[in-house]
Amino acid sequence: MIVASPLKVEQASRRDTVLAGDYYMQVLKAGQTLRILDIEGNQAADTLFYNANDPSERYSAIDTIREQGNVYLTTGTKLLSNDGNQMLEITADTCGRHDTLGGACSTESNTVRYAIEKKCMHACRDSWLLAVAENPQFGLNKRDITHNINFFMNVPVSAEGGLSFADGISGAGKYVELSATIDVIVLLSNCPQLNNPCNAYNPTPVEMIVWDKT
Amino acid sequence: MHSKNHPQSIYQETIAGASHWSMVIPAGQVLSITDPQGGANVSMLFYNPKNLLERYNAPDTLKCQHTFKLTEGHCLYSDMGRIFCSIIRDDTNWIDTVGGLTNKQKVEKKWGTRNYQTDRNAWLQNGHDSLLVEVAKYGLGKRDLAANLNLFSKVKSDDLGALSFAPDHSKAGDRIELRFEMETLVVLTTCPHPMNDAALYPNLAVKLQINTATTITADDQCLNSSAENGRGFENNRRYLCQHHQHQIEGAQL
Repeated sequence: MIVASPLKVEQASRRDTVLAGDYYMQVLKAGQTLRILDIEGNQAADTLFYNANDPSERYSAIDTIREQGNVYLTTGTKLLSNDGNQMLEITADTCGRHDTLGGACSTESNTVRYAIEKKCMHACRDSWLLAVAENPQFGLNKRDITHNINFFMNVPVSAEGGLSFADGISGAGKYVELSATIDVIVLLSNCPQLNNPCNAYNPTPVEMIVWDKT
Repeated sequence: MHSKNHPQSIYQETIAGASHWSMVIPAGQVLSITDPQGGANVSMLFYNPKNLLERYNAPDTLKCQHTFKLTEGHCLYSDMGRIFCSIIRDDTNWIDTVGGLTNKQKVEKKWGTRNYQTDRNAWLQNGHDSLLVEVAKYGLGKRDLAANLNLFSKVKSDDLGALSFAPDHSKAGDRIELRFEMETLVVLTTCPHPMNDAALYPNLAVKLQINTATTITADDQCLNSSAENGRGFENNRRYLCQHHQHQIEGAQL
């Protein structure tokens, strides 16, 4: 559901631009709101969330879609953990829907999806592995790299059981906003994929904008 | 229906409902799971026993094959671009991998409190705790429980994305055969599917059998079901050639 946010960027407490191929790993406190802004359009923002006080509790794609009874994420979606607890809620969304079934690209899955020779190309899961290595204070490693949300990605599922990667429905300036229910670690890879027509083979920056609790 | 694997079984066991099981299955073996009564559910995860950080990855499995449902002809991928196993037979025509597991709270809400003291073998065990106990035997824990398969269960999405569980999906005698393409730690639980709204807790046993697979031929259904799977098999070949095993007869990959 398309819902615009009343929040004003000039009142934000923190703004970071994340270039394609880079990661963002920050704590979002309970009550804070995070906007992920698709600056140029049709970008994929591959995102994981962890309970900042116990990272063994983390965003669970399957629990989230089963409990809301729908595969797509949009305004009103409560992002649930593997313990079934609410971690965040999507409070605004000018894109319309987001994917959580397609997972993130890796050098290995690229060999299967595109060509064996694509193994050496940069991928989201490499960005996450670098993120957890460079931020040992969170105590995460490869075990914790689980199934993510692909903000701005359009992955339609059919009643016959098909799944496709369709043209993006996002565009320049579209955004999604999430309000944190508990303190969460946000781990985002701004997808570097050069092989997928979803982003017109052109990965672009996203902006992460945080507002304090009002 | 005839079995596609070698007739001589080297292992047979009945796994009771509401219980868990695991085994390291070598490449070249077929695990057959039969639902004797109909309506069973088997939640399953895979790990590489030589590197437990390599595990079944549902999103990679779905996106590599452009499918939401899994069935005969599909391959089940690790997060390292390799194929743990191929689905060489699925009488149910739909295996779920997005429904997840029940947990204690969910079982309690649907069917009542788990109470081993009173119920003994008829206790209301849940899928999450059941798998958690089984993976712990290999040093794994909650952080290692990824999105699982639910064999004999169907969860479909309509064109607006609304999810629904198909009751009575698996019929008495339905069988699923998984042919292992690399050595795999298989962990499973027979606890009910979390979207099953049956009035009574479904406590349903399944039968397991392991047979030696016939040699994979160049026209193999799973190998040829997509160009992606051809590359998945090539990744396995590159991995396994270190161990001098697993060759595809006459295949030009």
